[in-house]
Order: sequence, then structure tokens, then C-alpha cells
Amino acid sequence: MDEKLKRDIILDNYQNPMNRGLTNSDGYIKVNTRNSSCVDNVDVMAKLENGVFIDIRFDGDACAISTSATSIMIKTLIGKTVAETEKIIENYEKMINEEAYDKELLGELNVYDTVSKQPSRKKCATLPFEAIKRIIEEAKKA
Amino acid sequence: MNREDFQMLDGNIVYFDNGATTLKPKCVVDEVIDYYTKYTANAHRGDYDISQIVDSKYEGVRDKVKDFIHAKRREEIVFTKGTTESLNTVAFGFMNTYLEKEDEVLITKSEHASNVLPWLELAKRKGIVVKFIPLNEHHEVTVENIRKVMTEKTKVISLAHVTNVIGDIRPIEDIGKLCLEKNIIFVVDAAQSIGHIPIDVEKCNISFLGFSAHKMLGPTGIGVLYGKYDLLNRLTPTEYGGGMNSYFESSGELEYKPLPERLEAGTQNIAGVLGMGKAIDYLLKIGLDNIHKHELELKKYAVEKLKQIPNIRIYNAESNSGIIVFNIHKVFSQDTAVFLNHYGICVRAGNHCAKIVKDEINVSNTCRASFYLYNTKEEIDKLVEALNNQDKIFDIIL
Ligand SMILES: Cc1ncc(COP(=O)(O)O)c(C=O)c1O
Repeated sequence: MDEKLKRDIILDNYQNPMNRGLTNSDGYIKVNTRNSSCVDNVDVMAKLENGVFIDIRFDGDACAISTSATSIMIKTLIGKTVAETEKIIENYEKMINEEAYDKELLGELNVYDTVSKQPSRKKCATLPFEAIKRIIEEAKKA
Repeated sequence: MNREDFQMLDGNIVYFDNGATTLKPKCVVDEVIDYYTKYTANAHRGDYDISQIVDSKYEGVRDKVKDFIHAKRREEIVFTKGTTESLNTVAFGFMNTYLEKEDEVLITKSEHASNVLPWLELAKRKGIVVKFIPLNEHHEVTVENIRKVMTEKTKVISLAHVTNVIGDIRPIEDIGKLCLEKNIIFVVDAAQSIGHIPIDVEKCNISFLGFSAHKMLGPTGIGVLYGKYDLLNRLTPTEYGGGMNSYFESSGELEYKPLPERLEAGTQNIAGVLGMGKAIDYLLKIGLDNIHKHELELKKYAVEKLKQIPNIRIYNAESNSGIIVFNIHKVFSQDTAVFLNHYGICVRAGNHCAKIVKDEINVSNTCRASFYLYNTKEEIDKLVEALNNQDKIFDIIL
């Protein structure tokens, strides 16, 4: 993907993120995730039905990378099963850590394939996935 | 001023994060190196020459610190690893026995975590009550407002001398008087004021004071706890071991040393102490009044310039220190900091460990530029130039 296109996708998702705003409806698992640099502060909530993410929402204060990554993650994961999600997270983390990964699986999330060049921003890019991992953990417990 | 003394400034950076830690002049670095290359030895231990050198230098720094903060006695100066340890030692070595259930401690919402959490922890453990002094419209503490919340049960007032987000200077002399009048223990967090403005613990009737050397040109991992002798003498050590005991027997009979050794168990950060001593010499040579004047000039200049830039919000234009907190409207502070980093400008983004100041200034994340003696107006011009390019921010950071 060319750099300009990547930037446009990130910026669009930052300025008009998907599913910003939480809901009070039943059946959601909610977690708060704070970046250890003590800046980003995001709530993520998700609803699973038969092991499939049927809705994911978020709210909070975060940087352009975190916010856009949350938005793109939400677009990517809605409709996916927990198993598919785990596969995506695994490959996403590999990408962030500059290891070999399956590009096909990540779709639009590939826009972060150069984040590793700015080490301080790796955490921002993985923040929403940390939240989803915790949600999956909770879901498995229940 | 004195930029040539700071090797870090040889590079192409504009260092505006002095609130977090300051750069170190060559003399401080050399002092630390000398300890490790010319007279490495433990203090208080040996009868050989280099040990004597270390001992007299180490104790000499205690005298320097005493004079630096205008304490009465050298025994009132205890070396710690920094402000955080100093404040925690006060809370868990003194206050845990001094305070009783329902006694009140007054702090504010602009305190650093290290002057909030120990008190909240004591509230959990002992049932003391932590109350927040309301701040005025400039987010400042006034004696009048302290009087409003003070009750018979108020036993402690614990405040930063200068806060690390707003950068306001507290009227500690007046507050000290009030504490004297009402028999209240006055704890002062001097992390942001030490090395910037003079401190007189006697004149301000300060009961306990803590600071870190790394925020005043000194090494990391070293700082000071000051306590008025009679109070400090009642502080129960939080650590036990070598250097702090006079004797102990297998029968369990034992005696601890007098102050200050009693509160310095184990081998201390000797290199740090010596480096801190040099930092004090260096600061005194320049003069704290000159440093403060310089910082105020920079602050005034920065506020004037930043005000002219569209979309810049300044949250503490009024405060009298070298700290300016701002945001680009609708841009997350961390994005601004990453953007400025592109120009080699180091500022801090976030909540600056003062996580409840957001209730005061109604914004949870800001960029902070904090100036020190070596900063210049030309560097501020660079900041202004960068901020004038704000429409390119996402081209640069993404
Ligand atoms: C006002 C204030 N108090 C306390 C501290 C803690 O200092 P240290 O981390 O050196 O213990 C800081 C440092 O950021 C500070 O700014």
C-alpha cells in the first residue's frame, strides 16, 4: 500500500471512527485499557453471540494511532469468530513486531505495517487489541 | 545560560522536559566518574585513605544540603532515592503512628501521584480522611481557602511547593505560619521548586520536605528527606540493617544510631550523593534568583508567542514558573509531542502523573514544556515555528 493511501485511511478512521460511543444494552463485556505511558485511555465493549463478535464499540481519549487502530479493528472483527479473531491478533502482533505474518488476514490493518519504525507508537497500535484479548478472556471464563 | 557546560546540548535537541528530569552539567558527571575511578570505597566503613575521602565528601554534602534549604541542623538531612521515597517515608514511618482514624490530611487535586497515593493508602489502612483544598480560578492554593476546609481534625497539610502541571508557586511561608498557629504538620514536596527557587525550611515552618536531585542538575536515584529534628527523631525507620544500628546481640538486645544514620540503612547511593553536592555548588554559583528570573522571562516570552498561534490553548498562562502547558485544539497531546519530536523538540504529553488535575483544568491530557537555566528564546522560537506548521501534523506523524 502506498504511504499516502495508508495515511488517508488512518486519518479517516481517526477523524470518523467506527462505533465510537458506548451503549447501555445488555450482553456486552466491557474493559478499560490504559497505555502504560499513561496517556491513552479507552473503553472497549463487545457483544458475542455463539462465539461471533456481533458488535464492538469504544470510547475514550487516545492518539491518532490508537483511535484509528481501534476503529479499523472494530471494522475487521465484527462478524468474526473468537478463533478467527485470535488468528488476526496473532498476525497483527507479528506485523507490529516485524516478524513474518499473513498479510491476507489483516486487510486494512496492514496500514500499520511501518509502526515499528516508531517504537513509542507500537503500544498505541496494539492498545485496542489488548482490550479485545481481555474481552475474549472474560468471555471464555463465563 | 551556561549551555557549554551541558554535553547533551551539543546535539540538535531542544530539551523542554525539565519538569521530568534535567540535564547534567559536566562537573556533576565528572564528580560521579571521579568517585568510580579515583576513590571508590564505602562511606563510614574504612580506616584507609580513600574511604576517608569518601566519608568526608559524603558528609560534606549533608552540610551543603542543610545550607541549601536553610535547615538548622545537619542531622535533619536524610538521603533517600528521591521525592517519592521521601514522601512515602513520612507517610509510612511517621504518619502511620502519628495519625488516628478520622484525622484529616489536606492536599489538592494538582498534586503529583507521590503526594496523593501515600495518603489515600493511609486512608484505606487507617481510616484517615483526605480532603482537597479548593483552588481559586487560577488553580492556586490560598490561605483563605485552606481556612475554609480546615477543621479541628486537620493534622497535616501536604503540598507541592511548585506544581508539576500548572507550575504555580504555593505561598508556603503563609501556609507555614498557619500550620504553626494551628499545630498542623506541614509537608512540602519540593520536587519542582528545588534548584529553581530558594527554599527556607525554617522560615516557612516546614515539618517535612522532600526533593530529588535529578530535577536540579544532579544524578538520578538520589534525593533528600528533611524533617524538623524533633519530628524526624520520632520517625520509625522503614529499613533496618547495616549502618543504622549501634549494636545488637543474639539476645535481641539492640540499639539504633542517632539521626541521620538511623534512617540510612545499608550502603547508600554514594556516587549520587556526591553528584548532588556538585549540583548544589553549581546552582549556587549561578544563583537561584538568576535562574528563576531567566525561567520567568522564557515563560513570558513563550506565552506571548504561543498566544499568537491559531488553535493553541494555554492552560497556565498566569503561573510564575518555567512551565507552560498547552494543546493544539482538537489534537491529542501525544500526537503533538510526537510531531514536535520530529523537530527535535522534547516535550512531555499526558497527565504528568497528576491524574486528578483534570478535574481542575477540565482537560485530561496536555503537552508540557518546562524550561530551565540552559534554555533560550531561540529554542522557543523553534517551538513556535514547529507549531506554526500544525496543519502538517498528520503528514508528519502518520
Ligand atoms: C511535583 C512532583 N512531586 C514528586 C515527583 C516525584 O519525583 P521522583 O520521581 O523523583 O521521586 C515529581 C516528579 O515528577 C514531581 O513533579
